Amino acid sequence: MLMSETIRSYDHPGITDPVAEERPRRTGAFQLLAPVATAPSKGGSSETIDLAKELTEAGVKDVLTELDDRLVGLAPVKTRIREMAALLLVERVRRKRGLSSEPPTLHMSFTGNPGTGKTTVALRMADLLHRLGFVRKGHLVSVTRDDLVGQYIGHTAPKTKEILKKAMGGVLFIDETYHLYRAENERDYGQEAIEILLQVMENQREDLVVIVAGYADRMEKFFASNPGFRSRIAHHIDFPDYADGELLAIGELILAKQNYKLSERGREALARYIVARKQQPHFSNARSIRNALDRARLRQANRIVHDAANVKVTTEDLMTIDAPDLLASRVFEKAATNDSPLSDETENTFD
Amino acid sequence: MRLTQGCFSFLPDLTDEQIRAQAQYCIDNRWAVNIEFTDDPHPRNTYWEMWGLPMFDIKDAAAVMMELQECRKAYGDRYIRLSGFDSTHGWESLKISFIVNRPAEEPGFRLERQEGRGRNMRYTTQAYVTDRPEGQRYR
Repeated sequence: MLMSETIRSYDHPGITDPVAEERPRRTGAFQLLAPVATAPSKGGSSETIDLAKELTEAGVKDVLTELDDRLVGLAPVKTRIREMAALLLVERVRRKRGLSSEPPTLHMSFTGNPGTGKTTVALRMADLLHRLGFVRKGHLVSVTRDDLVGQYIGHTAPKTKEILKKAMGGVLFIDETYHLYRAENERDYGQEAIEILLQVMENQREDLVVIVAGYADRMEKFFASNPGFRSRIAHHIDFPDYADGELLAIGELILAKQNYKLSERGREALARYIVARKQQPHFSNARSIRNALDRARLRQANRIVHDAANVKVTTEDLMTIDAPDLLASRVFEKAATNDSPLSDETENTFD
Repeated sequence: MRLTQGCFSFLPDLTDEQIRAQAQYCIDNRWAVNIEFTDDPHPRNTYWEMWGLPMFDIKDAAAVMMELQECRKAYGDRYIRLSGFDSTHGWESLKISFIVNRPAEEPGFRLERQEGRGRNMRYTTQAYVTDRPEGQRYR
């Protein structure tokens, strides 16, 4: 075009080539995602690579140690995450040397019972992927079926697209994914949402990582009826239920974070509570423990206020959860009398 | 006649990478990115048609590029522009606005003269394309 010829020859001080000036500066992470030539770099294939340096440089070590400290139990999950971190680290080094050009498939599936830490680990995974340069922003968007599926024709596509746009550059975590597909209702729009998801999962792998989660058996059924999904998921991770000792440790962690601690008898009471509560239905692992401790704090507060009339209250007292705060729970009553099973709702009533 | 409205309009057309970089700059500065299109090139036409709502809750320019591709599929024969809206106190208006898509041919403007009282002349510009109705202006 004539106009552009004129622009190029215009001798403006400071701008020699407008196009080159406009070329954007990319951050280190973004650079890795651009296609790289498949020929290896001039460094030679025998030069040694300092992986330990890469590990600390990327900040991966911090994330993994944090994972170990903050999350109790989940041994198979932690092992798997370490393996993935190693794979991603090697992949990153390979890309730097021009050995690899295709972005790896990073979509994952987390299966397990409620309260086993799926969302928490998904958050850590987003952070890990961001540090290794596989997602650009590293934020997590957590959705369920309601956020993706519309109520009338034409509602689903824009709704799903909005969520996908929000999640671009980060991780999309879909909880209870099997609810997306309702085989029995032919007027259900979940299938449309699934199709949009599958297309984005395949075509925009470098923009978005999808983590699906839910109960193991139902996820299996979901994958069976949607083979496209299963073929796009690279990593399947199972979250086992916590053991009694682990739940106790989680309880102590939760309290420590809120500046509480258990007395000796309180600890025993909590251990007994966990055993009794596990017999009851609707046990949600860490979540149930958190609820129980919230109720214990309520009872502790009432105990202190009630006693304040007679006994002086110290800061120590404010921080300590004692046995009576936990033993007052109806879970023990029900366990003792061997009555009909208790639901979480009835347990909420304060006594 | 090449329309020179908005930022970068005297430069050659921006490539997709450059548009993405600009959009990411807007997002990083917490500006809302908006896509608009029109087929009326008059400089006083400030309110173009919006393609969806302003994207104020996204973190990555990939989302903007996705929407831009959709807009190009639907209105690739018209002008499309991207703008960044800064909502900070005291500014509350656009911070950047640039054209990302142009029609293949841009005929330009003519001068309309109107005689007023006492041989006063009033001038306006009128785009050649507006002789045709909307939707049929660019092919």
